[in-house]
Amino acid sequence: MAVATSYPDRWRRPPFVARAWLRWVLYGGAVLYLVVAVGSVEVNWARLAEGLQRGARLLAGFMTPDFSSRWGDIVQGMRESLTMTVTSTVAGILLAIPVGIGAARNLAPLPVYLVCRAVVALSRTFHEVIVAILFVAMVGFGPFAGFLTLTVATIGFIAKLLAEDIEDIDPGPVEAIRATGGSWLQLVDWAVRPQVMPRLIGLSLYRLDINFRESAVVGIVGAGGIGATLNTALDRYEYGSAAAILILIIAVVMAAEYGSGLVRRRIQ
Amino acid sequence: MPVSSAADGTPVWRRTTRRRALLAWFAWLMLVALVVAAWNEMTRDTIWAFVWDAPGQAADIGTRMLPPRWSYAGELLRPLWDTLAIATLGTLLALPIAVPVAVLAARNTTPSATLVRPLALLIIVASRSINSLIWALLLVTVLGPGVLAGIVAIALRSVGFMGKLIYEAIEEIDPAPVEAMQATGASALQVMDYGIVPQVMPAFAGITVFRWDINIRESAVVGLVGAGGIGLSLEASLNTLAWSQVSLILLVILATVLVSEWVSAKVRHAII
Repeated sequence: MAVATSYPDRWRRPPFVARAWLRWVLYGGAVLYLVVAVGSVEVNWARLAEGLQRGARLLAGFMTPDFSSRWGDIVQGMRESLTMTVTSTVAGILLAIPVGIGAARNLAPLPVYLVCRAVVALSRTFHEVIVAILFVAMVGFGPFAGFLTLTVATIGFIAKLLAEDIEDIDPGPVEAIRATGGSWLQLVDWAVRPQVMPRLIGLSLYRLDINFRESAVVGIVGAGGIGATLNTALDRYEYGSAAAILILIIAVVMAAEYGSGLVRRRIQ
Repeated sequence: MPVSSAADGTPVWRRTTRRRALLAWFAWLMLVALVVAAWNEMTRDTIWAFVWDAPGQAADIGTRMLPPRWSYAGELLRPLWDTLAIATLGTLLALPIAVPVAVLAARNTTPSATLVRPLALLIIVASRSINSLIWALLLVTVLGPGVLAGIVAIALRSVGFMGKLIYEAIEEIDPAPVEAMQATGASALQVMDYGIVPQVMPAFAGITVFRWDINIRESAVVGLVGAGGIGLSLEASLNTLAWSQVSLILLVILATVLVSEWVSAKVRHAII
């Protein structure tokens, strides 16, 4: 019985999406969406031509950043941003630790777990800027609203990652402490803390970076910090000052990233 | 093992040596001092009467927000479409910039580790340090308000994020297929096409979808500074203190974010 099967004599790389009909539906849908989406973008060409000139001025501002004429405002904005970053990171972590422990299924009973997971989900849902708008409406303009915003964001971030970390710990030490008759607090202190501490410190430093970057943004909606200064500079068409502020932001972020990388490498 | 002796000479087990305990204590003291100083500095101009009033304000806003003005939903369809377009087109626009930058930044594919690599890393860091909203702020002054400024802002911010993750993925590949390709006498482009691309493709697709998911959140707020999308409606409603519209917009954003998160999780699950 001869089976007439012809095998291909040339190798072809397998397609990215295996099922043929799904591949064509996906590709076709993507192309259709792209055409419609690009078509729906309204471009004001006259404004764009004018914009080129402004872009050139912005670039010229970057070549000659003007640190001096708004130096007082810049210092004030930076001071607000940095203090906001430090206080909100610390406050956020202090609040995030109990929430994180509560959101770890191997340490907390089900009702506590569900409540803590809900807190985490709630504080991660909205973009920082939207949270900042609500806080500005509640406590007024200024860095205090920014502090509250960044604290809320920090709680969600640290608690989620801490909970996942606690759920991944080696259960050996936990059982050992239980076997000695240790209380729940002793269990957390002697079995869990030593295992998650290095990573918690790493996460905290990472969050410090993020909080500084975000502190530059919440100012746009009135929650204080360097973002407010930047917004004012752009509103006044002072591109030299705006460039100086952006350069300072990038410098601080790079310094913070480098510093926290150094510390994290030493700890882990 | 760190041990100290009690008064009668019996050894007592301790967690750390005395020196380390002292150092840790000092570090904590400095941290507390720093935080207190920062707190004082930050709250110097805070008007506490407003802060104590916050629960009352929150309750007041809450009553104004409820119920959401459902009839406003029809006017949100177009801004919602624009928001999705900003996120999607912004992500796609970032790809042709992020991929070459990543190739130049990865240690195993960069043409020059001393000259080109630092430059590529600088592009990645500069793009990452500046938030989408600040990019949008700049681009609105340059390109004028509208969806286009939002797309470019999202793209410029995504370049750094995607570039960093892609170059890390390239650095982690298995060198064997690359060497095998080189052994056959393949050109540099062929090595890349058959030796590197198949290895980073799943990571690459995952990163793109992940960033798209983040970009949905970001594109919902770039409108606050005039860069199009649903943020424009939010800004307009906030300026007219139309809190019942604000709550509806927040609900729409919430639903969009949840859907995009679900889509991105599904797609990443299918790829990896």
